[in-house]
Amino acid sequence: MKTLICIVCPRGCHLNVDEENDYKVTGHHCEKGEIYGRNELLHPVRVVTSTVKVKSNIHPRCPVKTDQSIPKENIFPAMRLLDSVLLTPPIKRGDVVVDDVAGSGACFVVTRDLDT
Amino acid sequence: MTRQDYELIVIGAGPAGLAAALSAKQHGLSRILVIERDKELGGILNQCIHNGFGLHYFGEELTGPEYAGRFIDQLEGSGIEIVCDTMVIHLENGDDWRIVHAMSTENGYQCLKCRAVILAMGCRERTRFAIQIPGSRPAGIFNAGTAQRYVNIEGKMIGRRVIILGSGDIGLIMARRMTLEGAKVLACVELLPYSGGLNRNIVQCLHDYDIPLYLSHTITNIEGRNRVQRVTVQQVDENRRPIPGTETYYDVDTVLLSVGLIPENELSREAGVKIDRRTSGPFVYENLETSEKGIFACGNVLHVHDLVDYVTEESQAAGKAAAAFVLDGALTDIGHVIEIKTEPTVSYTVPQAVRVNEVAKSLRIFLRVNKIWEETSHIVFRDGDNVIARFKRDYMAPGEMENVNVPRVLLDRVKGDMLYVSIEEAQR
Ligand SMILES: Cc1cc2nc3c(=O)[nH]c(=O)nc-3n(C[C@H](O)[C@H](O)[C@H](O)COP(=O)(O)OP(=O)(O)OC[C@H]3O[C@@H](n4cnc5c(N)ncnc54)[C@H](O)[C@@H]3O)c2cc1C
Ligand code: SF4
Repeated sequence: MKTLICIVCPRGCHLNVDEENDYKVTGHHCEKGEIYGRNELLHPVRVVTSTVKVKSNIHPRCPVKTDQSIPKENIFPAMRLLDSVLLTPPIKRGDVVVDDVAGSGACFVVTRDLDT
Repeated sequence: MTRQDYELIVIGAGPAGLAAALSAKQHGLSRILVIERDKELGGILNQCIHNGFGLHYFGEELTGPEYAGRFIDQLEGSGIEIVCDTMVIHLENGDDWRIVHAMSTENGYQCLKCRAVILAMGCRERTRFAIQIPGSRPAGIFNAGTAQRYVNIEGKMIGRRVIILGSGDIGLIMARRMTLEGAKVLACVELLPYSGGLNRNIVQCLHDYDIPLYLSHTITNIEGRNRVQRVTVQQVDENRRPIPGTETYYDVDTVLLSVGLIPENELSREAGVKIDRRTSGPFVYENLETSEKGIFACGNVLHVHDLVDYVTEESQAAGKAAAAFVLDGALTDIGHVIEIKTEPTVSYTVPQAVRVNEVAKSLRIFLRVNKIWEETSHIVFRDGDNVIARFKRDYMAPGEMENVNVPRVLLDRVKGDMLYVSIEEAQR
């Protein structure tokens, strides 16, 4: 039995996951927690957020995120892909910055608009 | 700014101000002005590049800038006037009009008249703790939120070996952020026996990167000539006094302080708005009107929120109430007013008072407990000896704001003008 805190929503339910019993989850308040509990032990994933350089009059950096969760072990390799990125406005939320982050199928996308 | 008499002026264009202005517009106002001192809209959300915003309101996880962006989009073409780079420096309350004194490089000093005002100035970081730590005052000590701004907006790396004092959300978020940017975060140190941050942040920001969290510990010394070189961490006893012999030393170049936020209410005070010492924000009624007629408050200026979704809902309610105030005039018959009193188990409630006649179906009350309740417990409302309402919870923590809906029919049963709220463990 492993105990974890569900992070899908701020309620933070305390889950018990039984590895011996087909990863059965208890302590969750909704089914998202059940899915999270299983996945967190089988293959944990996270959304990664960071910033990239931008040639803007407003700010020197532009925030980005992965548009899907990526495997936890890919977080640092994913971060390194951002070092070489330089954006030029105009940019819009959702614009793709890096395709297929570290073979995960997720993209890094821009999370704010910058017109100039 | 094109006119001198507005129906509504909103001070601050963070998520609170944006949602309040849009809601006032939807509820019938047309002459609305939003004043923001920063060069852009969005408030603190611009620097909160992490995700976790909007799960309740939009049903999806957005980053701070994305959440703000959705409201900024709606504002475009709405006819709501917006001025940035303008600071409100004084607020006066008159009988029919409220006067907002604003200052900007473009327009200089201006006095703007309006029927109603919404306070949406947000909050700032506590710094008092920094001053109390003994030791030298080298460079390398930052408030976590200031550090967040340097790293996320200005793209500056602020240190390589970091220790964090306080386990508030901003500190936790910055522990992960600094780690991702290549710094080594050695520890997060919390004075209290529990963390004030959200569980998800403890898991995602500390556990994920093997950053230890030391509860009931504090920093007792900071050393360094020009830059921080070493800090001393000590365990504390129940009275929060350092225990001799528990000293551990950390070689770090950076200390981040995440010791809480305080609502920014200088303007509110100047206008005569009554401030609640428990929240450090205005004392408000059920419709978010303050003690001063025509002045409403929402968002972090009212009480520190951990979830922006609730800021949005609250601010929409404030916008609606301000619109009703402008269009229908001030309340004439106030009727039965109940003050909500907190027992020692509850740190505060918002609102602090309710005019029962103004509640349509039910009253949403936000509250915070002041310790962790791991057993099933009840949030109990009493008028003296009678239980008016009771709400069951499996788990409560000070870091997570609770809210309950008390039906109007139950409020009608309250005898007298006090309603007491407390937490009680459920009987088994
Ligand atoms: C670092 C941090 C991390 C957070 N993380 C999360 C999270 O992960 N998930 C989540 O749901 N919530 C999170 N929150 C909470 C949420 O973002 C805040 O509760 C919300 O942004 C508060 O909105 P606000 O509009 O009240 O305040 P703010 O966003 O602070 O906006 C206030 C605005 O008023 C302006 N202003 C102030 N005084 C004046 C004046 N005199 N004249 C003109 N303008 C003025 C300021 O410049 C600012 O733009 C976080 C908050 C912080 C601080
Ligand atoms: S189990 Fe459901 S309710 Fe509980 S924290 Fe997870 S997502 Fe939230």
